[in-house]
Amino acid sequence: MNKQASIEAVISTVPSGSSIMIGGFGNPGTPFTLINELLKQGQRKLTLIKNDANEASIGISKLIENGQVDKLITSHIGLNKIVIEMMNNQQIDVDFYPQGILAEKIRNAGAGCFGFLTDIGIDTEITDREQLINWQGQQLKIESALYADFAFIHAKRADCYGNLQYGSSAMNFNPLMAMAADTVIVETPNIVSAGVLIPEQIHTASAFVNAVVEIDNLIDDYQLLEAHIGH
Amino acid sequence: MDINKIIIRATQEIKNGQVVNLGIGLPTKILDHIPAELDVFFQSENGLLGAQTRSPTELANPELIDAGGRYIATRPGASFFDSSVSFAMIRRGKIDLSIMGAFQVDEQGNLANWRIPGHFSPGIGGAMELAQKTPNVVIMCTHNDKKGNSKILKKCTLPLTAKHCVSRIITDKAVMDVTEKGLVVREIAEGLSIQQLIAMTDASLIIEDKIGSF
Repeated sequence: MNKQASIEAVISTVPSGSSIMIGGFGNPGTPFTLINELLKQGQRKLTLIKNDANEASIGISKLIENGQVDKLITSHIGLNKIVIEMMNNQQIDVDFYPQGILAEKIRNAGAGCFGFLTDIGIDTEITDREQLINWQGQQLKIESALYADFAFIHAKRADCYGNLQYGSSAMNFNPLMAMAADTVIVETPNIVSAGVLIPEQIHTASAFVNAVVEIDNLIDDYQLLEAHIGH
Repeated sequence: MDINKIIIRATQEIKNGQVVNLGIGLPTKILDHIPAELDVFFQSENGLLGAQTRSPTELANPELIDAGGRYIATRPGASFFDSSVSFAMIRRGKIDLSIMGAFQVDEQGNLANWRIPGHFSPGIGGAMELAQKTPNVVIMCTHNDKKGNSKILKKCTLPLTAKHCVSRIITDKAVMDVTEKGLVVREIAEGLSIQQLIAMTDASLIIEDKIGSF
């Protein structure tokens, strides 16, 4: 039942060509240490699913800049000029979804379903006619569930069974992705003994998690981004 | 300064007791102008309700940002949730007021603010869901672009974010409401004549007897 694993061993189970969900909205909740290990091991032809592309030379942007990523499924990459340029030069394939639709596609997969109906963006250019369905007198759009081979998750706290808690706005896509991928790899700076986490306060239950890696969150990736501090 | 004028006027749209989402860019600057006595919950689509500006003495938390990436603080009564819950809140109409930027708005309340083909395609983000599902969408933008072209149009030419979604437009030149009969001017910037406003606006403007100034 102890799911603690070494980072080298657990990332080496990720083959080239995998689809990987990566938690995080901007920096908070991004599993930087797992990403850095993937950069080191060099798996290629990856499809990444993340809300954004982090910022230039941070997080998944390193993997994209290193040519390891064929496709990115995302919502908004406005804070990453390098990835926008790579997209414009057809060096990477990018699929955009409205942010809440991306979240819901992942949540829907996490619930073991295959899709849902929505009216978001129905009369805009993001909707193709073949996605439309007349349902109970209303024209709606079919959105399919989004599954992945792996999810990389950053948790604030975990126990050895894989029960997880997230910190403030670092929750974002993490609990959804932890349910939607076949193999779920968690990094956390804080592994606590069994029984320490209060059962009512667990955000992701252990059954969804395959491996827990302890990390050092004092490395630079997890610190404040100077450009965003303001005052 | 014109930008400040827009921010200060837009801040007045926010009423006690509301749940409000501020779009990335100009609208998030409103957060710095909110009077302390106003009891408002700001929703940030990255998963929190109750965002507020960090006081100068408060340390930034690397895990606590708004949707624009700025380090913020939370007010008493704040809550955190995942991205699907955040957008459930938006699509179920639980946000009373959404203040967003725009590239173009037109007389029918159509909004274009996510893509300029060939120039700017960073993705959709939360814009479509906020524009389509918030009961009250207020747009804040400069009246004209840098080349002097009107952003307030008879009909949007850029890809739409959502149709018929805007209720009010606040620019540096005027405050206008989208109504069934068209775009009604409610307020005009001090020192600007109605003729000047009409001349700098592509959309047809309805001028009623009572027009305030700001």
